[in-house]
Amino acid sequence: MTPSPATATATPRPPRTRRGRGPRRDLWGWFFIAPHLFVFALFVLLPVAFAVVLAFLDYRPMRVTWVGLDNFERVFRDELFGRALRNTTVFTAVVVTFWLGKALLIAYLIDPLAKGWQTFFKSAFYLPGVTSSIIISLIWLWIFNPSFGLLNAFIALFGLEPVSWLGSTRTALPSLMAMQIIMGGGSSIVLLSAAMSRIPRDLYEVAILDGASRGRVFGQVVVPLIQPTLLYLVVTGTINTFQVFESVYVMTQGGPQFATTTVVYRIYTTAFQRFDLGYASAQAIVLFAITMVLAAIQFRWLGRDVEY
Amino acid sequence: MWRRLTRGRLFDPDHPMPPGPFGSFVGLGILVALAVAISVPMYWMVVTAITPTGMTAKFPPDLFPADPTLRNLQEIVQRRHFWNWVANSTFMAVVLTLATLVLGSMAGYAFAKIPFKGSRPLFWLHIVAMMLPFEVILVPLFILVSRMGLVDTHAGLVVPLLASPFAVFLMKQFIQTLPTELMDSARIDGANEFQIYTLVVLPLIRAGLAFLGIITFVNTWNVFVWPLVVTRSAEMRTLQVGLALVREEVPLFYALHMAGAVIAAAPVILVFFAFQRYFLRGVTVGAVKG
Repeated sequence: MTPSPATATATPRPPRTRRGRGPRRDLWGWFFIAPHLFVFALFVLLPVAFAVVLAFLDYRPMRVTWVGLDNFERVFRDELFGRALRNTTVFTAVVVTFWLGKALLIAYLIDPLAKGWQTFFKSAFYLPGVTSSIIISLIWLWIFNPSFGLLNAFIALFGLEPVSWLGSTRTALPSLMAMQIIMGGGSSIVLLSAAMSRIPRDLYEVAILDGASRGRVFGQVVVPLIQPTLLYLVVTGTINTFQVFESVYVMTQGGPQFATTTVVYRIYTTAFQRFDLGYASAQAIVLFAITMVLAAIQFRWLGRDVEY
Repeated sequence: MWRRLTRGRLFDPDHPMPPGPFGSFVGLGILVALAVAISVPMYWMVVTAITPTGMTAKFPPDLFPADPTLRNLQEIVQRRHFWNWVANSTFMAVVLTLATLVLGSMAGYAFAKIPFKGSRPLFWLHIVAMMLPFEVILVPLFILVSRMGLVDTHAGLVVPLLASPFAVFLMKQFIQTLPTELMDSARIDGANEFQIYTLVVLPLIRAGLAFLGIITFVNTWNVFVWPLVVTRSAEMRTLQVGLALVREEVPLFYALHMAGAVIAAAPVILVFFAFQRYFLRGVTVGAVKG
Protein backbone atom coordinates (compact mmCIF):
# COMPACT_ATOMS: atom_id res chain seq x y z
CA MET A 1 0.00 0.00 0.00
CA THR A 2 1.32 3.43 -0.85
CA PRO A 3 1.53 5.24 2.47
CA SER A 4 -0.59 8.37 2.30
CA PRO A 5 0.20 11.22 4.66
CA ALA A 6 -2.83 10.16 6.67
CA THR A 7 -1.89 6.55 7.20
CA ALA A 8 1.88 6.68 7.32
CA THR A 9 2.13 7.81 10.91
CA ALA A 10 -0.60 5.50 12.05
CA THR A 11 0.66 2.04 11.25
CA PRO A 12 3.55 1.34 13.65
CA ARG A 13 2.26 2.34 17.05
CA PRO A 14 4.35 1.72 20.19
CA PRO A 15 2.63 -0.49 22.78
CA ARG A 16 0.22 1.50 24.89
CA THR A 17 1.16 2.45 28.43
CA ARG A 18 -0.70 0.95 31.35
CA ARG A 19 -2.45 4.16 32.22
CA GLY A 20 -5.48 4.79 30.10
CA ARG A 21 -6.41 1.16 29.63
CA GLY A 22 -9.18 -0.60 31.45
CA PRO A 23 -12.92 -0.44 31.91
CA ARG A 24 -13.07 3.32 32.39
CA ARG A 25 -11.55 4.01 28.99
CA ASP A 26 -13.73 1.36 27.45
CA LEU A 27 -16.68 3.26 28.80
CA TRP A 28 -15.42 6.47 27.18
CA GLY A 29 -15.02 4.58 23.92
CA TRP A 30 -18.62 3.47 24.04
CA PHE A 31 -19.69 6.97 25.03
CA PHE A 32 -18.18 8.45 21.88
CA ILE A 33 -19.46 5.78 19.61
CA ALA A 34 -22.94 5.37 21.07
CA PRO A 35 -24.81 8.09 19.13
CA HIS A 36 -23.45 6.89 15.81
CA LEU A 37 -23.84 3.24 16.72
CA PHE A 38 -27.49 3.75 17.54
CA VAL A 39 -28.37 5.11 14.07
CA PHE A 40 -25.96 2.69 12.40
CA ALA A 41 -27.63 -0.30 14.05
CA LEU A 42 -31.13 0.98 13.42
CA PHE A 43 -30.75 2.19 9.83
CA VAL A 44 -27.99 -0.01 8.41
CA LEU A 45 -27.57 -3.28 10.34
CA LEU A 46 -31.25 -3.86 11.05
CA PRO A 47 -32.30 -3.20 7.43
CA VAL A 48 -29.56 -5.54 6.16
CA ALA A 49 -30.86 -8.34 8.36
CA PHE A 50 -34.41 -7.47 7.38
CA ALA A 51 -33.43 -7.48 3.67
CA VAL A 52 -32.27 -11.08 3.98
CA VAL A 53 -35.49 -12.18 5.68
CA LEU A 54 -37.57 -10.21 3.22
CA ALA A 55 -36.05 -12.10 0.32
CA PHE A 56 -37.73 -15.27 1.60
CA LEU A 57 -41.15 -13.65 1.91
CA ASP A 58 -43.93 -12.75 -0.44
CA TYR A 59 -44.40 -9.31 1.07
CA ARG A 60 -47.55 -7.60 -0.23
CA PRO A 61 -49.24 -4.57 1.27
CA MET A 62 -52.03 -6.78 2.64
CA ARG A 63 -50.49 -10.17 3.32
CA VAL A 64 -47.10 -11.66 4.10
CA THR A 65 -46.27 -15.31 3.35
CA TRP A 66 -43.08 -17.36 3.70
CA VAL A 67 -42.09 -18.62 0.27
CA GLY A 68 -38.62 -20.04 0.91
CA LEU A 69 -36.28 -19.82 -2.06
CA ASP A 70 -39.06 -19.01 -4.54
CA ASN A 71 -37.96 -15.40 -4.94
CA PHE A 72 -34.40 -16.41 -5.79
CA GLU A 73 -35.68 -18.99 -8.24
CA ARG A 74 -37.73 -16.26 -9.85
CA VAL A 75 -34.67 -14.02 -10.13
CA PHE A 76 -32.83 -16.67 -12.14
CA ARG A 77 -35.81 -17.42 -14.36
CA ASP A 78 -36.70 -13.74 -14.85
CA GLU A 79 -35.75 -12.84 -18.42
CA LEU A 80 -36.02 -9.16 -17.72
CA PHE A 81 -33.64 -9.42 -14.80
CA GLY A 82 -31.21 -11.29 -17.05
CA ARG A 83 -31.56 -8.52 -19.59
CA ALA A 84 -30.98 -5.91 -16.90
CA LEU A 85 -27.92 -7.78 -15.69
CA ARG A 86 -26.48 -7.94 -19.21
CA ASN A 87 -27.12 -4.24 -19.79
CA THR A 88 -25.56 -3.32 -16.46
CA THR A 89 -22.52 -5.52 -17.07
CA VAL A 90 -21.84 -4.02 -20.48
CA PHE A 91 -22.43 -0.53 -19.12
CA THR A 92 -20.08 -1.06 -16.19
CA ALA A 93 -17.32 -2.75 -18.16
CA VAL A 94 -17.23 -0.04 -20.83
CA VAL A 95 -17.69 2.94 -18.53
CA VAL A 96 -15.11 1.86 -15.94
CA THR A 97 -12.53 1.02 -18.61
CA PHE A 98 -12.87 4.34 -20.41
CA TRP A 99 -13.10 6.33 -17.18
CA LEU A 100 -9.85 4.88 -15.94
CA GLY A 101 -8.15 5.28 -19.29
CA LYS A 102 -9.23 8.90 -19.40
CA ALA A 103 -8.26 9.54 -15.78
CA LEU A 104 -4.86 7.90 -16.26
CA LEU A 105 -4.17 9.94 -19.39
CA ILE A 106 -5.20 13.21 -17.78
CA ALA A 107 -3.34 12.54 -14.54
CA TYR A 108 -0.19 11.69 -16.52
CA LEU A 109 -0.50 14.83 -18.64
CA ILE A 110 -1.01 17.20 -15.72
CA ASP A 111 1.73 15.62 -13.60
CA PRO A 112 4.58 17.77 -14.99
CA LEU A 113 2.52 20.97 -14.95
CA ALA A 114 3.11 23.76 -12.43
CA LYS A 115 0.90 23.67 -9.33
CA GLY A 116 -1.49 26.40 -10.44
CA TRP A 117 -2.24 24.76 -13.75
CA GLN A 118 -2.69 21.38 -12.08
CA THR A 119 -5.33 22.85 -9.78
CA PHE A 120 -7.02 24.56 -12.71
CA PHE A 121 -7.39 21.35 -14.69
CA LYS A 122 -8.33 19.24 -11.66
CA SER A 123 -11.12 21.68 -10.83
CA ALA A 124 -12.37 21.72 -14.40
CA PHE A 125 -12.59 17.93 -14.46
CA TYR A 126 -13.99 17.62 -10.95
CA LEU A 127 -16.78 20.17 -11.38
CA PRO A 128 -19.41 17.93 -13.03
CA GLY A 129 -18.80 15.50 -10.16
CA VAL A 130 -20.45 17.85 -7.67
CA THR A 131 -23.52 18.50 -9.80
CA SER A 132 -26.23 15.90 -9.26
CA SER A 133 -26.83 13.10 -11.71
CA ILE A 134 -30.39 14.42 -12.14
CA ILE A 135 -29.04 17.74 -13.41
CA ILE A 136 -26.49 16.03 -15.66
CA SER A 137 -29.26 13.78 -17.01
CA LEU A 138 -31.57 16.72 -17.72
CA ILE A 139 -28.79 18.52 -19.58
CA TRP A 140 -27.96 15.49 -21.71
CA LEU A 141 -31.59 14.72 -22.39
CA TRP A 142 -31.63 18.10 -24.07
CA ILE A 143 -28.30 17.56 -25.84
CA PHE A 144 -29.55 14.18 -27.17
CA ASN A 145 -32.87 15.64 -28.37
CA PRO A 146 -33.42 14.22 -31.88
CA SER A 147 -34.92 17.39 -33.43
CA PHE A 148 -33.21 20.36 -31.80
CA GLY A 149 -30.41 18.84 -29.75
CA LEU A 150 -26.85 20.09 -29.70
CA LEU A 151 -25.36 16.73 -30.62
CA ASN A 152 -27.34 16.35 -33.83
CA ALA A 153 -26.46 19.93 -34.74
CA PHE A 154 -22.81 19.04 -34.18
CA ILE A 155 -22.85 15.90 -36.35
CA ALA A 156 -24.78 17.80 -39.02
CA LEU A 157 -21.62 19.88 -39.50
CA PHE A 158 -20.06 16.72 -40.90
CA GLY A 159 -23.06 16.06 -43.09
CA LEU A 160 -24.48 13.27 -40.91
CA GLU A 161 -28.17 12.57 -40.59
CA PRO A 162 -29.86 13.28 -37.23
CA VAL A 163 -29.92 10.29 -34.87
CA SER A 164 -32.61 9.42 -32.35
CA TRP A 165 -29.98 8.80 -29.67
CA LEU A 166 -32.16 7.64 -26.81
CA GLY A 167 -35.05 6.46 -28.96
CA SER A 168 -33.44 3.53 -30.73
CA THR A 169 -32.48 0.24 -29.12
CA ARG A 170 -29.13 0.34 -30.88
CA THR A 171 -27.93 3.71 -29.60
CA ALA A 172 -29.72 4.20 -26.27
CA LEU A 173 -27.33 2.31 -24.01
CA PRO A 174 -24.16 3.54 -25.78
CA SER A 175 -25.48 7.10 -25.46
CA LEU A 176 -25.87 6.72 -21.72
CA MET A 177 -22.40 5.22 -21.51
CA ALA A 178 -20.87 8.08 -23.50
CA MET A 179 -22.51 10.63 -21.24
CA GLN A 180 -21.20 8.85 -18.15
CA ILE A 181 -17.67 8.62 -19.57
CA ILE A 182 -17.52 12.27 -20.60
CA MET A 183 -18.89 13.67 -17.36
CA GLY A 184 -17.42 11.28 -14.81
CA GLY A 185 -14.08 10.34 -13.37
CA GLY A 186 -13.19 13.65 -11.70
CA SER A 187 -12.19 12.18 -8.38
CA SER A 188 -10.18 9.41 -10.09
CA ILE A 189 -8.10 12.10 -11.74
CA VAL A 190 -7.42 13.79 -8.41
CA LEU A 191 -6.52 10.46 -6.80
CA LEU A 192 -4.26 9.25 -9.61
CA SER A 193 -2.54 12.58 -9.82
CA ALA A 194 -1.87 12.51 -6.07
CA ALA A 195 -0.49 8.98 -6.39
CA MET A 196 1.79 10.03 -9.27
CA SER A 197 3.15 13.01 -7.37
CA ARG A 198 4.18 10.62 -4.57
CA ILE A 199 6.44 8.60 -6.87
CA PRO A 200 10.03 9.17 -5.70
CA ARG A 201 11.81 11.43 -8.19
CA ASP A 202 15.02 9.41 -8.15
CA LEU A 203 13.21 6.43 -9.64
CA TYR A 204 12.63 8.54 -12.75
CA GLU A 205 16.22 9.64 -12.75
CA VAL A 206 17.50 6.06 -12.59
CA ALA A 207 15.24 5.13 -15.48
CA ILE A 208 16.37 8.13 -17.52
CA LEU A 209 20.04 7.30 -16.86
CA ASP A 210 19.32 3.79 -18.08
CA GLY A 211 18.08 5.34 -21.28
CA ALA A 212 14.47 4.26 -20.91
CA SER A 213 11.97 5.82 -23.28
CA ARG A 214 8.92 7.75 -22.06
CA GLY A 215 6.68 4.81 -22.84
CA ARG A 216 8.86 2.45 -20.83
CA VAL A 217 9.01 4.83 -17.88
CA PHE A 218 5.22 5.08 -17.94
CA GLY A 219 4.69 1.34 -18.24
CA GLN A 220 7.39 0.15 -15.89
CA VAL A 221 7.79 2.93 -13.33
CA VAL A 222 4.61 4.98 -13.17
CA VAL A 223 1.91 2.32 -13.58
CA PRO A 224 3.36 -0.26 -11.15
CA LEU A 225 3.82 2.40 -8.48
CA ILE A 226 0.25 3.68 -8.69
CA GLN A 227 -1.21 0.18 -8.89
CA PRO A 228 -2.81 0.29 -5.42
CA THR A 229 -4.70 3.43 -6.40
CA LEU A 230 -5.69 1.88 -9.72
CA LEU A 231 -6.96 -1.21 -7.91
CA TYR A 232 -8.94 0.93 -5.51
CA LEU A 233 -10.48 2.87 -8.42
CA VAL A 234 -11.37 -0.26 -10.38
CA VAL A 235 -13.10 -1.83 -7.38
CA THR A 236 -15.02 1.24 -6.21
CA GLY A 237 -15.76 2.31 -9.78
CA THR A 238 -17.24 -1.09 -10.56
CA ILE A 239 -19.36 -1.19 -7.42
CA ASN A 240 -20.66 2.34 -7.96
CA THR A 241 -21.27 2.05 -11.68
CA PHE A 242 -23.09 -1.24 -11.22
CA GLN A 243 -25.69 0.73 -9.29
CA VAL A 244 -26.50 3.12 -12.15
CA PHE A 245 -30.06 4.35 -11.71
CA GLU A 246 -30.71 8.09 -11.86
CA SER A 247 -29.82 8.64 -15.50
CA VAL A 248 -32.00 5.68 -16.53
CA TYR A 249 -34.89 6.92 -14.41
CA VAL A 250 -34.78 10.43 -15.86
CA MET A 251 -33.69 9.81 -19.44
CA THR A 252 -35.08 6.53 -20.72
CA GLN A 253 -37.20 4.80 -18.04
CA GLY A 254 -35.40 1.62 -19.04
CA GLY A 255 -36.51 1.80 -22.67
CA PRO A 256 -36.74 1.55 -25.57
CA GLN A 257 -37.78 -2.08 -25.31
CA PHE A 258 -35.74 -2.59 -22.12
CA ALA A 259 -32.52 -1.64 -23.93
CA THR A 260 -31.44 0.50 -20.97
CA THR A 261 -33.09 -1.36 -18.08
CA THR A 262 -30.42 -1.75 -15.41
CA VAL A 263 -30.45 -3.95 -12.31
CA VAL A 264 -31.20 -1.14 -9.90
CA TYR A 265 -33.87 0.30 -12.17
CA ARG A 266 -35.46 -3.15 -12.26
CA ILE A 267 -35.31 -3.39 -8.45
CA TYR A 268 -36.89 0.05 -8.19
CA THR A 269 -39.80 -0.78 -10.49
CA THR A 270 -40.36 -4.16 -8.83
CA ALA A 271 -40.50 -2.57 -5.40
CA PHE A 272 -42.13 0.79 -5.92
CA GLN A 273 -44.27 0.38 -9.00
CA ARG A 274 -45.46 -3.20 -8.58
CA PHE A 275 -45.02 -3.35 -4.78
CA ASP A 276 -43.50 -6.83 -4.94
CA LEU A 277 -41.19 -6.05 -2.02
CA GLY A 278 -39.98 -9.57 -1.24
CA TYR A 279 -38.98 -10.22 -4.82
CA ALA A 280 -37.27 -6.83 -5.04
CA SER A 281 -35.25 -7.69 -1.96
CA ALA A 282 -34.13 -10.99 -3.48
CA GLN A 283 -32.99 -9.07 -6.57
CA ALA A 284 -31.09 -6.61 -4.38
CA ILE A 285 -29.32 -9.43 -2.58
CA VAL A 286 -28.32 -10.99 -5.87
CA LEU A 287 -26.96 -7.56 -6.86
CA PHE A 288 -24.95 -7.38 -3.64
CA ALA A 289 -23.57 -10.88 -4.16
CA ILE A 290 -22.53 -10.02 -7.71
CA THR A 291 -20.75 -6.82 -6.65
CA MET A 292 -18.92 -8.68 -3.89
CA VAL A 293 -17.79 -11.41 -6.27
CA LEU A 294 -16.63 -8.81 -8.79
CA ALA A 295 -14.69 -6.96 -6.10
CA ALA A 296 -13.08 -10.19 -4.92
CA ILE A 297 -12.06 -11.17 -8.46
CA GLN A 298 -10.58 -7.73 -9.09
CA PHE A 299 -8.65 -7.88 -5.83
CA ARG A 300 -7.16 -11.24 -6.73
CA TRP A 301 -6.47 -10.35 -10.30
CA LEU A 302 -5.13 -6.84 -9.92
CA GLY A 303 -3.86 -7.16 -6.37
CA ARG A 304 -1.34 -9.88 -7.28
CA ASP A 305 1.81 -7.86 -7.00
CA VAL A 306 0.63 -4.77 -5.28
CA GLU A 307 3.19 -5.22 -2.51
CA TYR A 308 6.54 -3.73 -3.37
CA MET B 1 15.33 26.98 -24.89
CA TRP B 2 11.81 25.53 -24.55
CA ARG B 3 12.62 24.24 -21.08
CA ARG B 4 13.85 27.64 -19.95
CA LEU B 5 10.79 29.38 -21.35
CA THR B 6 8.22 27.11 -19.71
CA ARG B 7 9.94 26.11 -16.46
CA GLY B 8 8.17 27.41 -13.41
CA ARG B 9 5.39 29.05 -15.37
CA LEU B 10 3.81 26.20 -17.24
CA PHE B 11 5.75 23.27 -15.83
CA ASP B 12 6.88 22.26 -12.37
CA PRO B 13 10.62 23.13 -12.24
CA ASP B 14 11.36 20.03 -10.14
CA HIS B 15 9.68 17.50 -12.39
CA PRO B 16 12.21 14.95 -13.65
CA MET B 17 10.58 14.41 -17.04
CA PRO B 18 8.95 17.57 -18.41
CA PRO B 19 7.77 17.10 -22.00
CA GLY B 20 9.56 18.77 -24.89
CA PRO B 21 7.92 21.33 -27.20
CA PHE B 22 6.09 18.73 -29.29
CA GLY B 23 4.94 16.69 -26.30
CA SER B 24 3.75 19.82 -24.53
CA PHE B 25 1.77 20.85 -27.58
CA VAL B 26 0.06 17.47 -27.93
CA GLY B 27 -0.43 17.00 -24.17
CA LEU B 28 -1.94 20.41 -23.59
CA GLY B 29 -4.05 19.99 -26.71
CA ILE B 30 -5.54 16.79 -25.33
CA LEU B 31 -6.10 18.35 -21.90
CA VAL B 32 -7.83 21.40 -23.32
CA ALA B 33 -9.97 19.29 -25.66
CA LEU B 34 -11.14 17.05 -22.80
CA ALA B 35 -11.77 20.03 -20.54
CA VAL B 36 -13.88 21.61 -23.28
CA ALA B 37 -15.85 18.38 -23.78
CA ILE B 38 -16.74 18.35 -20.10
CA SER B 39 -17.55 22.08 -20.01
CA VAL B 40 -19.79 22.25 -23.07
CA PRO B 41 -22.77 20.57 -21.33
CA MET B 42 -22.44 22.93 -18.35
CA TYR B 43 -22.26 25.91 -20.71
CA TRP B 44 -25.23 24.61 -22.64
CA MET B 45 -27.28 24.35 -19.45
CA VAL B 46 -26.69 28.03 -18.67
CA VAL B 47 -27.25 29.19 -22.24
CA THR B 48 -30.51 27.28 -22.64
CA ALA B 49 -31.72 28.58 -19.28
CA ILE B 50 -31.56 32.15 -20.61
CA THR B 51 -32.87 31.37 -24.09
CA PRO B 52 -36.51 32.35 -24.74
CA THR B 53 -38.63 29.16 -24.77
CA GLY B 54 -39.69 29.63 -28.38
CA MET B 55 -36.07 29.85 -29.53
CA THR B 56 -35.12 26.39 -28.24
CA ALA B 57 -37.08 24.78 -31.07
CA LYS B 58 -34.58 25.95 -33.64
CA PHE B 59 -32.20 23.93 -35.71
CA PRO B 60 -29.28 24.41 -35.66
CA PRO B 61 -29.43 26.00 -32.19
CA ASP B 62 -27.84 29.37 -31.39
CA LEU B 63 -24.63 28.87 -29.47
CA PHE B 64 -25.33 32.13 -27.73
CA PRO B 65 -28.93 33.32 -27.29
CA ALA B 66 -29.74 36.25 -29.58
CA ASP B 67 -32.20 37.56 -27.05
CA PRO B 68 -31.24 36.43 -23.50
CA THR B 69 -34.04 36.47 -20.95
CA LEU B 70 -34.72 35.68 -17.29
CA ARG B 71 -38.26 34.52 -18.05
CA ASN B 72 -37.46 30.80 -17.63
CA LEU B 73 -35.94 31.38 -14.22
CA GLN B 74 -38.97 33.40 -13.15
CA GLU B 75 -41.27 30.72 -14.48
CA ILE B 76 -39.57 27.85 -12.66
CA VAL B 77 -39.47 29.61 -9.29
CA GLN B 78 -43.15 30.46 -9.66
CA ARG B 79 -44.17 26.85 -10.21
CA ARG B 80 -46.29 25.35 -7.47
CA HIS B 81 -44.24 24.10 -4.49
CA PHE B 82 -40.90 25.14 -5.99
CA TRP B 83 -39.87 26.96 -2.82
CA ASN B 84 -41.00 23.98 -0.73
CA TRP B 85 -38.55 21.86 -2.69
CA VAL B 86 -35.74 24.33 -2.11
CA ALA B 87 -36.61 24.49 1.59
CA ASN B 88 -36.73 20.69 1.91
CA SER B 89 -33.39 20.22 0.14
CA THR B 90 -31.81 22.92 2.29
CA PHE B 91 -33.24 21.42 5.46
CA MET B 92 -31.98 17.97 4.52
CA ALA B 93 -28.50 19.14 3.56
CA VAL B 94 -28.00 21.38 6.61
CA VAL B 95 -29.33 18.93 9.23
CA LEU B 96 -27.48 15.95 7.78
CA THR B 97 -24.24 17.88 7.44
CA LEU B 98 -24.26 19.03 11.06
CA ALA B 99 -25.33 15.63 12.38
CA THR B 100 -22.75 13.78 10.31
CA LEU B 101 -19.97 16.06 11.56
CA VAL B 102 -20.88 15.41 15.19
CA LEU B 103 -21.59 11.68 14.95
CA GLY B 104 -18.70 10.98 12.58
CA SER B 105 -16.03 12.86 14.51
CA MET B 106 -17.11 11.35 17.84
CA ALA B 107 -17.10 7.80 16.52
CA GLY B 108 -13.90 8.44 14.57
CA TYR B 109 -12.18 9.65 17.73
CA ALA B 110 -13.18 6.49 19.61
CA PHE B 111 -12.00 4.22 16.80
CA ALA B 112 -8.71 6.09 16.36
CA LYS B 113 -7.62 6.83 19.90
CA ILE B 114 -9.70 4.96 22.50
CA PRO B 115 -9.55 1.34 21.35
CA PHE B 116 -12.13 -0.48 23.43
CA LYS B 117 -13.12 -4.12 23.51
CA GLY B 118 -14.67 -5.06 20.20
CA SER B 119 -13.76 -1.83 18.43
CA ARG B 120 -11.69 -3.53 15.72
CA PRO B 121 -14.39 -5.88 14.39
CA LEU B 122 -16.87 -3.03 14.69
CA PHE B 123 -14.64 -0.87 12.52
CA TRP B 124 -14.37 -3.63 9.93
CA LEU B 125 -18.14 -3.77 9.84
CA HIS B 126 -18.04 -0.12 8.78
CA ILE B 127 -15.65 -0.88 5.93
CA VAL B 128 -18.00 -3.60 4.67
CA ALA B 129 -20.96 -1.25 5.08
CA MET B 130 -19.22 1.30 2.85
CA MET B 131 -19.33 -1.23 0.02
CA LEU B 132 -22.97 -2.08 0.60
CA PRO B 133 -25.16 -0.90 -2.28
CA PHE B 134 -27.87 1.39 -0.89
CA GLU B 135 -30.47 -0.55 -2.90
CA VAL B 136 -29.97 -3.58 -0.65
CA ILE B 137 -31.38 -1.71 2.32
CA LEU B 138 -33.72 0.54 0.33
CA VAL B 139 -36.81 -1.70 0.60
CA PRO B 140 -36.41 -2.70 4.28
CA LEU B 141 -35.57 0.89 5.16
CA PHE B 142 -38.76 2.03 3.46
CA ILE B 143 -40.83 -0.55 5.36
CA LEU B 144 -39.13 0.45 8.63
CA VAL B 145 -39.74 4.14 8.06
CA SER B 146 -43.35 3.61 7.08
CA ARG B 147 -43.90 1.49 10.23
CA MET B 148 -42.49 4.40 12.21
CA GLY B 149 -45.07 6.60 10.52
CA LEU B 150 -42.44 8.82 8.96
CA VAL B 151 -43.30 8.48 5.25
CA ASP B 152 -43.79 11.90 3.66
CA THR B 153 -42.35 13.78 6.67
CA HIS B 154 -39.21 15.84 7.18
CA ALA B 155 -37.98 13.34 9.75
CA GLY B 156 -38.46 10.53 7.25
CA LEU B 157 -36.28 12.39 4.75
CA VAL B 158 -33.40 12.86 7.17
CA VAL B 159 -33.33 10.21 9.88
CA PRO B 160 -32.43 7.10 7.83
CA LEU B 161 -29.47 8.90 6.26
CA LEU B 162 -27.91 9.82 9.62
CA ALA B 163 -25.72 6.72 9.69
CA SER B 164 -22.64 7.32 7.55
CA PRO B 165 -19.93 4.65 7.74
CA PHE B 166 -17.88 6.78 5.35
CA ALA B 167 -17.91 9.73 7.75
CA VAL B 168 -16.67 7.52 10.59
CA PHE B 169 -13.96 6.06 8.39
CA LEU B 170 -12.82 9.45 7.16
CA MET B 171 -12.74 10.98 10.64
CA LYS B 172 -10.77 8.01 11.95
CA GLN B 173 -8.22 8.53 9.16
CA PHE B 174 -7.77 12.17 10.10
CA ILE B 175 -7.69 11.69 13.88
CA GLN B 176 -5.23 8.81 13.60
CA THR B 177 -2.57 11.18 12.29
CA LEU B 178 -2.65 13.27 15.49
CA PRO B 179 0.17 12.40 17.90
CA THR B 180 -1.14 10.41 20.87
CA GLU B 181 1.32 12.23 23.18
CA LEU B 182 -0.79 15.34 22.74
CA MET B 183 -3.80 13.63 24.26
CA ASP B 184 -1.72 11.97 26.94
CA SER B 185 -0.34 15.30 28.10
CA ALA B 186 -3.84 16.79 28.16
CA ARG B 187 -4.86 13.82 30.28
CA ILE B 188 -2.01 14.47 32.70
CA ASP B 189 -3.23 18.04 32.98
CA GLY B 190 -6.50 16.61 34.21
CA ALA B 191 -8.65 16.84 31.09
CA ASN B 192 -11.28 14.15 30.64
CA GLU B 193 -11.90 12.44 27.31
CA PHE B 194 -14.73 14.76 26.36
CA GLN B 195 -12.58 17.84 26.96
CA ILE B 196 -9.79 16.26 24.93
CA TYR B 197 -12.25 15.68 22.09
CA THR B 198 -13.62 19.22 22.05
CA LEU B 199 -10.46 21.17 22.99
CA VAL B 200 -7.65 19.14 21.45
CA VAL B 201 -8.99 16.88 18.71
CA LEU B 202 -11.64 19.01 16.99
CA PRO B 203 -9.46 22.13 16.51
CA LEU B 204 -6.68 19.98 15.03
CA ILE B 205 -8.84 18.25 12.44
CA ARG B 206 -10.46 21.40 11.10
CA ALA B 207 -9.41 20.56 7.54
CA GLY B 208 -10.94 17.11 7.85
CA LEU B 209 -14.16 18.49 9.29
CA ALA B 210 -14.32 21.04 6.48
CA PHE B 211 -13.92 18.34 3.87
CA LEU B 212 -16.47 16.02 5.47
CA GLY B 213 -18.92 18.88 5.90
CA ILE B 214 -18.60 20.00 2.30
CA ILE B 215 -18.84 16.53 0.82
CA THR B 216 -21.85 15.67 3.00
CA PHE B 217 -23.58 18.90 2.06
CA VAL B 218 -23.04 18.27 -1.63
CA ASN B 219 -24.07 14.61 -1.46
CA THR B 220 -27.24 15.21 0.53
CA TRP B 221 -28.22 18.18 -1.63
CA ASN B 222 -27.87 15.86 -4.63
CA VAL B 223 -29.41 12.70 -3.17
CA PHE B 224 -32.28 11.31 -5.22
CA VAL B 225 -33.42 7.74 -4.59
CA TRP B 226 -34.35 8.04 -0.92
CA PRO B 227 -36.36 11.29 -1.22
CA LEU B 228 -38.01 9.81 -4.30
CA VAL B 229 -39.42 6.80 -2.45
CA VAL B 230 -40.08 8.35 0.96
CA THR B 231 -42.07 11.39 -0.18
CA ARG B 232 -45.56 11.27 -1.66
CA SER B 233 -47.03 14.74 -1.74
CA ALA B 234 -45.79 17.44 -4.09
CA GLU B 235 -44.85 19.82 -1.28
CA MET B 236 -42.60 17.25 0.45
CA ARG B 237 -40.39 16.64 -2.60
CA THR B 238 -36.79 17.81 -2.67
CA LEU B 239 -35.38 19.94 -5.45
CA GLN B 240 -33.84 16.98 -7.28
CA VAL B 241 -37.05 14.94 -7.18
CA GLY B 242 -39.10 18.02 -8.01
CA LEU B 243 -37.05 18.71 -11.13
CA ALA B 244 -37.50 15.13 -12.30
CA LEU B 245 -41.25 15.67 -11.84
CA VAL B 246 -41.22 18.95 -13.78
CA ARG B 247 -39.58 17.15 -16.65
CA GLU B 248 -42.33 14.48 -16.58
CA GLU B 249 -45.07 17.13 -16.49
CA VAL B 250 -43.72 19.35 -19.26
CA PRO B 251 -41.29 17.11 -21.15
CA LEU B 252 -40.61 19.51 -24.02
CA PHE B 253 -39.88 22.74 -22.13
CA TYR B 254 -36.14 22.29 -22.12
CA ALA B 255 -35.49 25.92 -21.28
CA LEU B 256 -37.53 25.44 -18.11
CA HIS B 257 -35.63 22.24 -17.20
CA MET B 258 -32.34 24.03 -17.66
CA ALA B 259 -33.49 27.00 -15.56
CA GLY B 260 -34.32 24.54 -12.77
CA ALA B 261 -31.01 22.78 -13.26
CA VAL B 262 -29.09 26.06 -12.97
CA ILE B 263 -30.82 26.85 -9.68
CA ALA B 264 -30.23 23.34 -8.32
CA ALA B 265 -26.58 23.32 -9.41
CA ALA B 266 -25.72 26.82 -8.18
CA PRO B 267 -25.30 26.06 -4.44
CA VAL B 268 -23.00 23.07 -4.94
CA ILE B 269 -20.94 24.83 -7.58
CA LEU B 270 -20.52 27.83 -5.28
CA VAL B 271 -19.51 25.53 -2.43
CA PHE B 272 -17.08 23.77 -4.73
CA PHE B 273 -15.31 26.93 -5.82
CA ALA B 274 -15.30 28.39 -2.33
CA PHE B 275 -13.73 25.27 -0.79
CA GLN B 276 -11.87 23.85 -3.81
CA ARG B 277 -8.72 23.40 -1.75
CA TYR B 278 -10.40 21.10 0.75
CA PHE B 279 -12.15 19.16 -1.99
CA LEU B 280 -9.08 18.32 -4.01
CA ARG B 281 -6.98 17.44 -0.97
CA GLY B 282 -9.67 15.63 1.02
CA VAL B 283 -10.49 13.21 -1.78
CA THR B 284 -7.11 11.56 -1.37
CA VAL B 285 -7.43 11.05 2.39
CA GLY B 286 -10.86 9.50 2.13
CA ALA B 287 -9.80 7.00 -0.47
CA VAL B 288 -6.58 5.35 0.62
CA LYS B 289 -7.42 2.52 2.91
CA GLY B 290 -5.75 2.39 6.30
